[in-house]
Amino acid sequence: MKIQVLGSGCSTCRNLWEAAKVAASELGIKDEVEYISGQEGIQKIIEFGIMQSPVLVIDGKPVMVGFTPDIEEIKKIIQENS
Amino acid sequence: MDIFYPLQKIADFLTFSLLGLKENTHLAQSLNFFVYDSIKIFILLLVINYLMAIIRYFIPTEKIRDFLTKRRWYGFDYFLASAFGVITPFCSCSSIPLFVGFLSSGIPLGVTLAFLITSPLVNEASIAVFIGLFGLKITLLYVFSGVVLGMIGGFFLGKMGLDKEIDETIRKVIENGKLNQRLEIETKKLPLLVLLKQFWLEGWSLTRKIFVYVLIGVGLGALIHGFVPVGFFEKYLRNSSFWSVPLAAILAMPLYSNAVGVIPVMEALVQKGVPFGTALAFMMATVGLSLPEALILKRVMKTKLLVSFFAMVTLGIILIGYLFNFFSVKI
Repeated sequence: MKIQVLGSGCSTCRNLWEAAKVAASELGIKDEVEYISGQEGIQKIIEFGIMQSPVLVIDGKPVMVGFTPDIEEIKKIIQENS
Repeated sequence: MDIFYPLQKIADFLTFSLLGLKENTHLAQSLNFFVYDSIKIFILLLVINYLMAIIRYFIPTEKIRDFLTKRRWYGFDYFLASAFGVITPFCSCSSIPLFVGFLSSGIPLGVTLAFLITSPLVNEASIAVFIGLFGLKITLLYVFSGVVLGMIGGFFLGKMGLDKEIDETIRKVIENGKLNQRLEIETKKLPLLVLLKQFWLEGWSLTRKIFVYVLIGVGLGALIHGFVPVGFFEKYLRNSSFWSVPLAAILAMPLYSNAVGVIPVMEALVQKGVPFGTALAFMMATVGLSLPEALILKRVMKTKLLVSFFAMVTLGIILIGYLFNFFSVKI
Protein backbone atom coordinates (compact mmCIF):
# COMPACT_ATOMS: atom_id res chain seq x y z
CA MET A 1 0.00 0.00 0.00
CA LYS A 2 1.22 3.46 -0.85
CA ILE A 3 0.30 6.22 1.60
CA GLN A 4 1.16 9.77 0.68
CA VAL A 5 0.58 13.17 2.20
CA LEU A 6 0.50 16.05 -0.25
CA GLY A 7 1.09 19.56 0.99
CA SER A 8 2.82 22.81 0.31
CA GLY A 9 5.23 22.46 3.19
CA CYS A 10 3.34 24.37 5.87
CA SER A 11 3.11 23.20 9.46
CA THR A 12 -0.44 21.88 9.08
CA CYS A 13 0.68 19.62 6.24
CA ARG A 14 3.60 18.37 8.27
CA ASN A 15 1.28 17.67 11.19
CA LEU A 16 -0.88 15.48 8.99
CA TRP A 17 2.20 13.62 7.83
CA GLU A 18 3.20 12.97 11.44
CA ALA A 19 -0.33 11.84 12.29
CA ALA A 20 -0.46 9.56 9.25
CA LYS A 21 2.87 8.00 10.22
CA VAL A 22 1.57 7.24 13.70
CA ALA A 23 -1.68 5.84 12.29
CA ALA A 24 0.17 3.63 9.80
CA SER A 25 2.57 2.23 12.38
CA GLU A 26 -0.28 1.53 14.80
CA LEU A 27 -1.96 -0.43 12.04
CA GLY A 28 1.25 -2.38 11.51
CA ILE A 29 1.84 -1.02 8.03
CA LYS A 30 5.51 -1.31 7.19
CA ASP A 31 5.51 0.87 4.07
CA GLU A 32 6.82 4.34 4.52
CA VAL A 33 4.37 7.22 4.54
CA GLU A 34 5.55 9.52 1.79
CA TYR A 35 5.46 13.28 2.17
CA ILE A 36 5.33 15.33 -1.02
CA SER A 37 5.62 19.04 -0.44
CA GLY A 38 6.63 22.27 -2.10
CA GLN A 39 6.09 22.83 -5.81
CA GLU A 40 5.65 19.12 -6.48
CA GLY A 41 3.05 18.73 -3.77
CA ILE A 42 1.07 21.72 -4.98
CA GLN A 43 1.21 20.46 -8.56
CA LYS A 44 -0.24 17.12 -7.49
CA ILE A 45 -3.00 18.72 -5.42
CA ILE A 46 -3.96 20.88 -8.40
CA GLU A 47 -4.00 17.86 -10.69
CA PHE A 48 -6.50 16.20 -8.39
CA GLY A 49 -8.67 19.30 -8.63
CA ILE A 50 -8.58 19.76 -4.87
CA MET A 51 -8.51 23.24 -3.39
CA GLN A 52 -7.21 22.59 0.06
CA SER A 53 -4.03 21.39 1.54
CA PRO A 54 -2.99 18.91 2.89
CA VAL A 55 -4.35 15.83 1.12
CA LEU A 56 -4.06 12.21 2.21
CA VAL A 57 -3.57 9.88 -0.74
CA ILE A 58 -3.79 6.08 -0.68
CA ASP A 59 -2.67 4.12 -3.73
CA GLY A 60 -2.98 7.19 -5.91
CA LYS A 61 -6.46 8.06 -4.74
CA PRO A 62 -7.18 11.11 -2.58
CA VAL A 63 -9.10 9.93 0.46
CA MET A 64 -9.01 12.85 2.84
CA VAL A 65 -8.72 16.60 2.41
CA GLY A 66 -7.69 18.96 5.15
CA PHE A 67 -6.18 18.23 8.50
CA THR A 68 -7.54 16.24 11.38
CA PRO A 69 -5.68 15.59 14.61
CA ASP A 70 -7.81 12.46 15.14
CA ILE A 71 -5.47 9.48 14.68
CA GLU A 72 -8.34 6.99 15.02
CA GLU A 73 -10.13 8.73 12.16
CA ILE A 74 -7.04 8.47 9.95
CA LYS A 75 -6.65 4.79 10.86
CA LYS A 76 -10.25 4.17 9.87
CA ILE A 77 -9.78 5.93 6.53
CA ILE A 78 -6.62 3.93 5.82
CA GLN A 79 -8.38 0.65 6.65
CA GLU A 80 -11.39 1.47 4.52
CA ASN A 81 -9.26 2.29 1.54
CA SER A 82 -6.74 -0.53 1.64
CA MET B 1 -25.16 42.79 33.11
CA ASP B 2 -21.90 41.89 31.46
CA ILE B 3 -21.85 38.16 30.86
CA PHE B 4 -18.13 38.17 31.50
CA TYR B 5 -18.58 39.63 34.99
CA PRO B 6 -17.63 36.33 36.74
CA LEU B 7 -14.33 36.36 34.88
CA GLN B 8 -13.53 39.80 36.29
CA LYS B 9 -14.18 38.34 39.75
CA ILE B 10 -11.77 35.48 39.04
CA ALA B 11 -9.12 37.88 37.77
CA ASP B 12 -9.59 40.14 40.81
CA PHE B 13 -9.38 37.18 43.16
CA LEU B 14 -6.18 35.89 41.53
CA THR B 15 -4.34 39.19 41.44
CA PHE B 16 -5.53 40.97 44.57
CA SER B 17 -6.42 38.19 46.99
CA LEU B 18 -4.31 35.20 46.02
CA LEU B 19 -1.15 37.06 45.02
CA GLY B 20 -1.88 39.94 47.39
CA LEU B 21 -0.94 42.65 44.91
CA LYS B 22 -1.95 46.24 45.65
CA GLU B 23 -4.87 47.23 43.46
CA ASN B 24 -3.43 50.38 41.91
CA THR B 25 0.09 49.26 41.07
CA HIS B 26 1.21 48.87 37.45
CA LEU B 27 2.01 45.21 37.96
CA ALA B 28 -1.36 44.38 39.48
CA GLN B 29 -3.21 46.18 36.71
CA SER B 30 -1.22 44.42 34.00
CA LEU B 31 -1.70 41.03 35.57
CA ASN B 32 -5.40 41.63 36.12
CA PHE B 33 -5.86 42.50 32.45
CA PHE B 34 -3.81 39.52 31.38
CA VAL B 35 -5.82 37.00 33.40
CA TYR B 36 -9.19 38.49 32.48
CA ASP B 37 -8.52 38.89 28.75
CA SER B 38 -6.85 35.49 28.31
CA ILE B 39 -9.70 33.56 29.91
CA LYS B 40 -12.33 35.55 28.05
CA ILE B 41 -10.67 35.12 24.66
CA PHE B 42 -10.03 31.45 25.32
CA ILE B 43 -13.74 30.84 25.91
CA LEU B 44 -14.76 32.86 22.85
CA LEU B 45 -12.23 31.06 20.68
CA LEU B 46 -13.50 27.66 21.74
CA VAL B 47 -17.12 28.60 21.05
CA ILE B 48 -16.47 30.25 17.69
CA ASN B 49 -14.04 27.57 16.48
CA TYR B 50 -16.62 24.94 17.31
CA LEU B 51 -19.32 26.81 15.38
CA MET B 52 -16.98 27.30 12.45
CA ALA B 53 -16.09 23.60 12.36
CA ILE B 54 -19.82 22.92 11.92
CA ILE B 55 -20.21 25.51 9.19
CA ARG B 56 -17.15 24.19 7.41
CA TYR B 57 -18.49 20.66 7.46
CA PHE B 58 -21.69 21.73 5.76
CA ILE B 59 -20.12 24.26 3.39
CA PRO B 60 -16.74 22.95 2.20
CA THR B 61 -14.77 25.05 -0.27
CA GLU B 62 -15.76 22.74 -3.13
CA LYS B 63 -19.38 23.57 -2.47
CA ILE B 64 -18.63 27.28 -2.51
CA ARG B 65 -16.91 26.87 -5.85
CA ASP B 66 -19.85 24.96 -7.31
CA PHE B 67 -22.26 27.49 -5.90
CA LEU B 68 -20.39 30.33 -7.58
CA THR B 69 -20.27 28.62 -10.96
CA LYS B 70 -23.80 27.28 -11.05
CA ARG B 71 -25.37 30.44 -12.39
CA ARG B 72 -24.60 34.02 -13.33
CA TRP B 73 -24.53 36.32 -10.35
CA TYR B 74 -24.24 39.74 -12.04
CA GLY B 75 -21.72 41.14 -9.60
CA PHE B 76 -23.30 39.58 -6.54
CA ASP B 77 -20.59 36.93 -6.78
CA TYR B 78 -18.02 39.45 -5.48
CA PHE B 79 -20.01 39.71 -2.30
CA LEU B 80 -20.49 35.94 -2.04
CA ALA B 81 -16.81 35.17 -2.59
CA SER B 82 -15.76 37.80 -0.09
CA ALA B 83 -18.25 36.61 2.53
CA PHE B 84 -17.13 33.01 2.00
CA GLY B 85 -13.63 34.25 2.67
CA VAL B 86 -14.73 35.02 6.22
CA ILE B 87 -16.08 31.59 7.03
CA THR B 88 -13.31 29.53 5.46
CA PRO B 89 -10.28 29.07 7.62
CA PHE B 90 -7.32 30.31 5.80
CA CYS B 91 -4.03 28.61 5.93
CA SER B 92 -1.81 30.45 3.50
CA CYS B 93 -0.61 27.09 2.22
CA SER B 94 -4.05 26.48 0.74
CA SER B 95 -4.03 29.68 -1.25
CA ILE B 96 -2.46 28.24 -4.41
CA PRO B 97 -4.67 25.15 -4.78
CA LEU B 98 -7.60 27.42 -4.06
CA PHE B 99 -6.58 30.08 -6.56
CA VAL B 100 -6.10 27.51 -9.29
CA GLY B 101 -9.20 25.56 -8.33
CA PHE B 102 -11.44 28.62 -8.52
CA LEU B 103 -10.02 29.79 -11.84
CA SER B 104 -10.16 26.40 -13.50
CA SER B 105 -13.80 26.01 -12.62
CA GLY B 106 -14.49 29.22 -14.53
CA ILE B 107 -14.78 31.70 -11.67
CA PRO B 108 -13.48 35.08 -12.88
CA LEU B 109 -10.11 36.33 -11.63
CA GLY B 110 -11.65 39.30 -9.81
CA VAL B 111 -14.03 37.12 -7.82
CA THR B 112 -11.21 34.73 -6.93
CA LEU B 113 -9.14 37.66 -5.71
CA ALA B 114 -12.07 38.99 -3.66
CA PHE B 115 -11.96 35.69 -1.79
CA LEU B 116 -8.17 35.82 -1.42
CA ILE B 117 -8.25 39.38 -0.02
CA THR B 118 -10.89 38.79 2.65
CA SER B 119 -9.78 35.36 3.79
CA PRO B 120 -6.71 36.37 5.80
CA LEU B 121 -8.16 39.77 6.86
CA VAL B 122 -11.21 38.41 8.64
CA ASN B 123 -11.40 34.92 10.04
CA GLU B 124 -12.99 33.04 12.89
CA ALA B 125 -10.12 33.54 15.29
CA SER B 126 -9.84 37.27 14.69
CA ILE B 127 -13.60 37.61 15.13
CA ALA B 128 -13.41 35.83 18.50
CA VAL B 129 -10.62 38.08 19.73
CA PHE B 130 -12.38 41.17 18.40
CA ILE B 131 -15.61 40.38 20.22
CA GLY B 132 -13.66 39.76 23.40
CA LEU B 133 -11.77 43.02 23.28
CA PHE B 134 -13.96 45.48 21.39
CA GLY B 135 -17.51 44.18 21.74
CA LEU B 136 -20.05 43.19 19.15
CA LYS B 137 -20.68 46.52 17.42
CA ILE B 138 -17.05 47.21 16.55
CA THR B 139 -16.63 43.58 15.50
CA LEU B 140 -19.49 43.88 13.02
CA LEU B 141 -17.96 47.06 11.60
CA TYR B 142 -14.64 45.29 11.26
CA VAL B 143 -16.14 42.25 9.49
CA PHE B 144 -18.20 44.52 7.24
CA SER B 145 -15.22 46.62 6.19
CA GLY B 146 -13.13 43.51 5.53
CA VAL B 147 -15.83 42.07 3.29
CA VAL B 148 -16.33 45.35 1.43
CA LEU B 149 -12.58 45.70 0.93
CA GLY B 150 -12.47 42.23 -0.65
CA MET B 151 -15.45 42.98 -2.89
CA ILE B 152 -14.23 46.33 -4.17
CA GLY B 153 -10.60 45.27 -4.43
CA GLY B 154 -11.56 42.13 -6.34
CA PHE B 155 -13.91 44.08 -8.58
CA PHE B 156 -11.30 46.64 -9.66
CA LEU B 157 -8.56 44.04 -10.05
CA GLY B 158 -10.94 42.02 -12.21
CA LYS B 159 -11.49 45.03 -14.48
CA MET B 160 -7.79 45.65 -14.95
CA GLY B 161 -7.34 42.89 -17.53
CA LEU B 162 -4.75 40.99 -15.56
CA ASP B 163 -5.77 37.51 -16.71
CA LYS B 164 -2.59 37.18 -18.76
CA GLU B 165 -0.48 37.89 -15.70
CA ILE B 166 -0.73 34.38 -14.34
CA ASP B 167 2.29 32.12 -14.48
CA GLU B 168 2.45 30.23 -17.82
CA THR B 169 2.57 26.70 -16.44
CA ILE B 170 -0.24 27.44 -14.01
CA ARG B 171 -2.30 28.88 -16.86
CA LYS B 172 -1.93 25.62 -18.76
CA VAL B 173 -3.04 23.72 -15.67
CA ILE B 174 -6.07 26.01 -15.41
CA GLU B 175 -6.99 25.55 -19.07
CA ASN B 176 -6.69 21.77 -18.75
CA GLY B 177 -8.66 21.88 -15.54
CA LYS B 178 -11.53 23.57 -17.33
CA LEU B 179 -11.83 20.55 -19.63
CA ASN B 180 -11.42 17.90 -16.99
CA GLN B 181 -14.22 16.35 -15.11
CA ARG B 182 -14.01 17.32 -11.51
CA LEU B 183 -12.99 14.71 -9.06
CA GLU B 184 -15.56 14.13 -6.38
CA ILE B 185 -14.53 13.22 -2.90
CA GLU B 186 -17.55 11.62 -1.43
CA THR B 187 -18.35 12.48 2.13
CA LYS B 188 -20.03 9.79 4.07
CA LYS B 189 -22.96 10.49 6.32
CA LEU B 190 -21.75 10.16 9.86
CA PRO B 191 -23.87 9.74 12.96
CA LEU B 192 -24.48 12.95 14.87
CA LEU B 193 -22.47 11.94 17.91
CA VAL B 194 -19.40 11.14 15.83
CA LEU B 195 -19.80 14.47 14.07
CA LEU B 196 -20.09 16.38 17.32
CA LYS B 197 -16.90 14.77 18.53
CA GLN B 198 -15.18 15.58 15.27
CA PHE B 199 -16.25 19.24 15.45
CA TRP B 200 -14.99 19.41 19.00
CA LEU B 201 -11.60 17.92 18.08
CA GLU B 202 -11.23 20.31 15.17
CA GLY B 203 -12.27 23.34 17.20
CA TRP B 204 -10.05 22.32 20.07
CA SER B 205 -6.98 21.75 17.94
CA LEU B 206 -7.45 25.13 16.22
CA THR B 207 -7.88 26.89 19.55
CA ARG B 208 -4.84 25.20 21.02
CA LYS B 209 -2.76 26.08 17.99
CA ILE B 210 -3.47 29.80 18.09
CA PHE B 211 -3.79 30.31 21.82
CA VAL B 212 -0.04 30.80 22.20
CA TYR B 213 -0.30 33.84 19.93
CA VAL B 214 -3.23 35.11 21.96
CA LEU B 215 -1.20 34.82 25.16
CA ILE B 216 1.75 36.68 23.65
CA GLY B 217 -0.54 39.39 22.26
CA VAL B 218 -2.55 39.77 25.46
CA GLY B 219 0.67 39.81 27.47
CA LEU B 220 2.06 42.68 25.39
CA GLY B 221 -1.30 44.44 25.56
CA ALA B 222 -1.43 44.02 29.33
CA LEU B 223 2.01 45.56 29.70
CA ILE B 224 0.87 48.57 27.70
CA HIS B 225 -2.31 48.76 29.77
CA GLY B 226 -0.43 48.72 33.04
CA PHE B 227 2.66 50.76 32.31
CA VAL B 228 1.91 53.27 29.56
CA PRO B 229 0.13 56.33 30.97
CA VAL B 230 -3.35 57.16 29.71
CA GLY B 231 -3.28 59.65 26.86
CA PHE B 232 0.40 58.93 26.15
CA PHE B 233 -0.10 58.59 22.41
CA GLU B 234 -2.62 61.37 22.24
CA LYS B 235 0.14 63.76 23.16
CA TYR B 236 2.29 62.68 20.23
CA LEU B 237 -0.35 61.77 17.74
CA ARG B 238 -2.59 64.79 18.09
CA ASN B 239 -4.21 65.68 14.77
CA SER B 240 -2.20 62.93 13.28
CA SER B 241 -4.99 60.75 12.00
CA PHE B 242 -4.10 61.91 8.50
CA TRP B 243 -0.53 60.76 8.13
CA SER B 244 -0.58 58.11 10.81
CA VAL B 245 -2.84 55.78 8.79
CA PRO B 246 -0.58 55.21 5.75
CA LEU B 247 2.42 55.17 8.07
CA ALA B 248 0.83 52.43 10.20
CA ALA B 249 -0.03 50.38 7.10
CA ILE B 250 3.47 50.66 5.70
CA LEU B 251 5.20 49.96 9.02
CA ALA B 252 3.10 46.83 9.45
CA MET B 253 4.00 45.30 6.08
CA PRO B 254 7.31 43.66 6.99
CA LEU B 255 5.80 42.37 10.23
CA TYR B 256 4.27 38.99 9.94
CA SER B 257 2.00 37.96 12.68
CA ASN B 258 -1.09 36.08 13.41
CA ALA B 259 -4.14 38.35 13.58
CA VAL B 260 -4.95 37.07 17.06
CA GLY B 261 -1.56 38.21 18.32
CA VAL B 262 -1.86 41.75 16.94
CA ILE B 263 -5.42 42.56 18.03
CA PRO B 264 -4.73 42.69 21.81
CA VAL B 265 -1.78 45.03 21.20
CA MET B 266 -3.97 47.12 18.94
CA GLU B 267 -6.67 47.35 21.62
CA ALA B 268 -4.16 48.46 24.25
CA LEU B 269 -2.80 51.15 21.92
CA VAL B 270 -6.31 52.43 21.24
CA GLN B 271 -6.95 52.66 24.98
CA LYS B 272 -3.88 54.81 25.27
CA GLY B 273 -4.95 57.28 22.63
CA VAL B 274 -4.01 55.86 19.21
CA PRO B 275 -6.89 56.62 16.78
CA PHE B 276 -8.93 53.47 16.14
CA GLY B 277 -8.66 53.68 12.34
CA THR B 278 -4.88 53.95 12.57
CA ALA B 279 -4.70 50.90 14.82
CA LEU B 280 -7.06 48.94 12.58
CA ALA B 281 -4.98 49.78 9.49
CA PHE B 282 -1.92 48.54 11.33
CA MET B 283 -3.58 45.27 12.26
CA MET B 284 -5.05 44.63 8.83
CA ALA B 285 -1.74 45.36 7.11
CA THR B 286 0.08 42.94 9.41
CA VAL B 287 -2.18 40.05 8.49
CA GLY B 288 -3.25 40.99 4.97
CA LEU B 289 0.02 42.13 3.48
CA SER B 290 2.59 39.66 4.58
CA LEU B 291 5.82 38.75 2.90
CA PRO B 292 5.39 34.96 3.23
CA GLU B 293 1.99 35.24 1.56
CA ALA B 294 3.57 37.25 -1.26
CA LEU B 295 6.26 34.63 -1.73
CA ILE B 296 3.66 31.89 -1.97
CA LEU B 297 1.54 33.83 -4.46
CA LYS B 298 4.65 34.68 -6.49
CA ARG B 299 4.63 31.06 -7.66
CA VAL B 300 1.38 31.56 -9.54
CA MET B 301 1.23 35.29 -10.23
CA LYS B 302 3.50 37.34 -12.44
CA THR B 303 4.96 40.46 -10.87
CA LYS B 304 2.40 42.82 -12.37
CA LEU B 305 -0.55 40.93 -10.92
CA LEU B 306 1.16 40.43 -7.58
CA VAL B 307 2.04 44.12 -7.28
CA SER B 308 -1.46 45.21 -8.34
CA PHE B 309 -2.97 42.81 -5.82
CA PHE B 310 -0.88 44.11 -2.95
CA ALA B 311 -1.24 47.75 -4.01
CA MET B 312 -5.01 47.39 -4.10
CA VAL B 313 -5.15 45.79 -0.65
CA THR B 314 -2.84 48.47 0.79
CA LEU B 315 -5.00 51.21 -0.68
CA GLY B 316 -8.13 49.60 0.71
CA ILE B 317 -6.65 49.24 4.18
CA ILE B 318 -5.58 52.90 4.22
CA LEU B 319 -9.07 53.95 3.13
CA ILE B 320 -10.68 51.87 5.87
CA GLY B 321 -8.33 53.47 8.40
CA TYR B 322 -9.33 56.94 7.21
CA LEU B 323 -13.03 56.11 7.30
CA PHE B 324 -12.85 54.82 10.88
CA ASN B 325 -10.85 57.87 11.96
CA PHE B 326 -13.12 60.24 10.09
CA PHE B 327 -16.21 58.97 11.82
CA SER B 328 -14.04 58.77 14.93
CA VAL B 329 -15.24 55.35 15.91
CA LYS B 330 -14.96 55.13 19.67
CA ILE B 331 -14.74 51.92 21.56
